Amino acid sequence: MVVNCQHVWKEISNYLDGEVDAELRALMETHFAQCKHCTAVLDGARNVVQLYGDDRLFELPVGFSHRLQRRLAEESGSSWFAGLHSFWMLAVAAVALIAGAVALGNSSVFAHPDSRSRLAQPAYKIPPELRVAVSSEGKLFHVPNCRYLHNKVGESPETMTASQALREGYAPCPRCLRQYLSASIECPRSSSRPETSVVQTHAPTRFVSERRFGDAVARPRKLPL
Amino acid sequence: MGSAPEGMTISVSPTDPASLREQDLLHRVQAGQKEYFYDLIKPYQRRVYSAALSVLRNEAEAEDAAQEAFLKALTHIQQFRAEARFSTWLIQIAVNEALMRKRKAHTEIMEPIGEREEEDGSYTPRDFADWREIPSEALERKEIRGKLASAVAALAEKYRQVFVLRDVQHMSIEETAEALGITPASVKTRLLRARLMLRDMLAPGLGSPWFGRLPFEKGSKPW
Repeated sequence: MVVNCQHVWKEISNYLDGEVDAELRALMETHFAQCKHCTAVLDGARNVVQLYGDDRLFELPVGFSHRLQRRLAEESGSSWFAGLHSFWMLAVAAVALIAGAVALGNSSVFAHPDSRSRLAQPAYKIPPELRVAVSSEGKLFHVPNCRYLHNKVGESPETMTASQALREGYAPCPRCLRQYLSASIECPRSSSRPETSVVQTHAPTRFVSERRFGDAVARPRKLPL
Repeated sequence: MGSAPEGMTISVSPTDPASLREQDLLHRVQAGQKEYFYDLIKPYQRRVYSAALSVLRNEAEAEDAAQEAFLKALTHIQQFRAEARFSTWLIQIAVNEALMRKRKAHTEIMEPIGEREEEDGSYTPRDFADWREIPSEALERKEIRGKLASAVAALAEKYRQVFVLRDVQHMSIEETAEALGITPASVKTRLLRARLMLRDMLAPGLGSPWFGRLPFEKGSKPW
């Protein structure tokens, strides 16, 4: 059996797609070997398929993707495509806001508010077992020989540990204990005088027995002489 | 009429990373995460555009139709079934959209090549010029791409559509038939005609031994 040129032309596209059976394929190949016209047609058709199948043939117009995204944003009636464009701006703004809040929280404005008394600064890294003394009517605790530790006549200061004094609501003396204040407070008087040169109080200081750290005493006690 | 088609019946089993990523994006969009839609369709922009261009033959109209097709795909994303290829579904929407616009505009004034030829499967090649070699750099040259685009644009619509979907978009015979609403036999017949007509149009010029030099272009001499 043989095939003629008309039959070959009719099946040449299927031949290129591999959609002819083995018998017809063999007959066509025999024909191609003998017919230069049909071979030229086959080569040309194969070239057409190869050229048009190349991705480089049809290029997108310049700006196509950008216009498509804009159209999707406009027509969808929502902001989720527009959000693609402004996403990074929003993200940067959010990060800046958070960073600003953190910085503000760490700033001295909040760490040491102006409304807080200079004499009421919290202690900072004060040794909890440091022996301190308090007067009966004072609000500060001091080193025992602090010259700013004042007692009523006939009274002696009470001594306790620093941790206990803090628990009972006393604040560290900004003169004798200023190295333990959370804020650096200048004290003109104390700066010119060493803390060791203490002045004797009006009454002799009496050291009370040490109270345990776990004692929950709300306020200082007056001790009888 | 430009609407999203129902799910197709061609089964696929994607296992490569690109297909798995597409599946993941598709599930996200179908779950309501529409911000992933552009990532999902990004690889198919050129194919959807060229499918619309094959019908409309006008770049601006084709771009508008492609955009509209993408919008419809987003609107009807829940109708897409996983057994079909997403790209085929998109292209089918684009072809439908372009056909609808063409029918509305009645832009077909000139009768293109081959419009009146019968679909009996017979076609006689009109030129037997030898065109065995394709210059390797052919598609790098803008003028060659222009000649190829002009040739396919000159085809009658029914041949151009089949040819673009099958040979440009690499859709199967069955997918092309389903996208255009014709039988696979008609696809094969129109494809044969389209290929041979393009070969007749291009072989005399591109098959020339002087083709590589483009002898009749400005600034070049054939002798």
